[in-house]
Amino acid sequence: MRFMIIVKATTDSEKRVMPSEELYGAMQRYHEELAKAGVLIDRSGLQPSSSGIRISYPEPGGKPKVIDGPFTEAKELIAGYTLIEVKSREEAIEWAHRYPDPHGFGQGEIELRPLYEAEDLTMNPELLEKDAELNKQLEDPKKE
Amino acid sequence: MSSIDTHRTIDTIWRMESAKLIASLTRILRDVGDAEDLAQEALVIALERWPKIGIPDNPGAWLMTTAKRRAVDLIRRRKVRDQKYVEIAHGMDLYKEDHVDDALNGEIDDDLLRLIFMTCHPVLSQDARVALTLRLLCGITTNEIARSFLVAESTIAQRVVRAKRILRSKKVAFEVLTGKQRKERLSDVLEVIYLMFNEGYSATSGDQWIRPLLCQEALRLGRVLSEVTPNEPEVYGLVALMEIQSSRLKTRIGPKGEPVLLMDQNRANWDRLLIRRGLAALKYSKKLDSTLGPYALQAAISACHAEAPTAAETDWIRIAALYEALSRVAPSPIVELNRAVAISMAFGPSFGLQIVDKLSAEPSLKGYHLLHSVRGDLLVKLGRFDEARTEFERSAAMTQNAREKMLLRNRANECES
Repeated sequence: MRFMIIVKATTDSEKRVMPSEELYGAMQRYHEELAKAGVLIDRSGLQPSSSGIRISYPEPGGKPKVIDGPFTEAKELIAGYTLIEVKSREEAIEWAHRYPDPHGFGQGEIELRPLYEAEDLTMNPELLEKDAELNKQLEDPKKE
Repeated sequence: MSSIDTHRTIDTIWRMESAKLIASLTRILRDVGDAEDLAQEALVIALERWPKIGIPDNPGAWLMTTAKRRAVDLIRRRKVRDQKYVEIAHGMDLYKEDHVDDALNGEIDDDLLRLIFMTCHPVLSQDARVALTLRLLCGITTNEIARSFLVAESTIAQRVVRAKRILRSKKVAFEVLTGKQRKERLSDVLEVIYLMFNEGYSATSGDQWIRPLLCQEALRLGRVLSEVTPNEPEVYGLVALMEIQSSRLKTRIGPKGEPVLLMDQNRANWDRLLIRRGLAALKYSKKLDSTLGPYALQAAISACHAEAPTAAETDWIRIAALYEALSRVAPSPIVELNRAVAISMAFGPSFGLQIVDKLSAEPSLKGYHLLHSVRGDLLVKLGRFDEARTEFERSAAMTQNAREKMLLRNRANECES
């Protein structure tokens, strides 16, 4: 299953202030560790919201409203993401815990969100049922 | 955190750390069985203490330190007063919790590689290699392995015990190999990983067409291997192959669990991220060695499909040429059969049929159900429906997979009308 570790923006990231060498190193080491564990799928940093636009639809069926950045409320903005593929929610949480404080001056915040896996095979009730049935057979030594 | 949560967290940390723990302990103890036992002991201690003292900041290092202390105790108890003992006792000063990672990081990659070489060692049977690798390197429980291969848990448990015993009695060394030997053994490792992947990708038996757990574990292990052997083109070739094939995993299965073949899959649902990763790995493999090995060639074939916007736009001529190249570096009747399919798509079914007919005499393909389904397919295209039906029926009788059997029976019935 896939999870996105979302790094929230800070006043620094919104001002394009680059992280300290120390923080940069910690980030590198963390992502290397993810790669070495075979769980890192993708990662990227986002430019500040001043480079972005927002498109909103205030009226149902109406025309979209386009607003240029920057946007306020840094904490509601995203500064980067790391996409991981892990075996369980617990594993994702454990990895997220190990993420370095992305700011270092009190504004660091990361969020962990599972991705939808609509066709997730483990959610298919028919297959789950089959699996359970199979397990029962395996546990019954007479049928071995 | 409740104690149930703590236990769940400990279980997770165990799965994340066990391969590294076992690899490091094997280096000290030179025995993979002892190493696993000690790693388990460390886990038991964690289960006892962590609910009381809380989960340590660096749980991996905590487990490592605890296990290493046990290792030293064990060696003492055995009164082994050789050089190894001196080294470890000396090294103990280093193992302050905060420093364990720093002290070991350089070594851990090599230790993991040594462990993979060991669990995929040719003294073991193919089944044993797969089971031991899943257990020691992927942290998969015996029960999960048993479920994936549809055998009883006790069978897998015995297989693992026996494998560890063989490694001990044959004194299989814990080593990073070089030169020709490394190349050969690495190819054994890749074979085990791909076998694992393939069993998940199209299960040879049972009534499920795919087993995602095996694919995921094989892909993850491939990614790990590529990190510890950054200069091996075939490792990247295999990773590329598995990434691209995995991108189609979810479209290989219909709503009722029935198989959906490549040409019929909904390409909009292919996982673009995995395709991108696969293409990048393939590019890197080519950069390391422009002469493609068997896995890189298969990845290149898989990439042709991934890059075709629609099934009709598939570059079959290129695929046929790649199969031709593959049949030179890794000749096998199965590659030849695939080449026949590519040739028929590129140049017409009668050309494909010529190759398939030659293969029909091949003793190693006797009982291979896909030979008959491919022949059936070509005959349908040539309008020879009666012969085609016989081929599909034969094929259906041969396969052990219930889903595939159904698909083939349907194809046989379609020849009636």
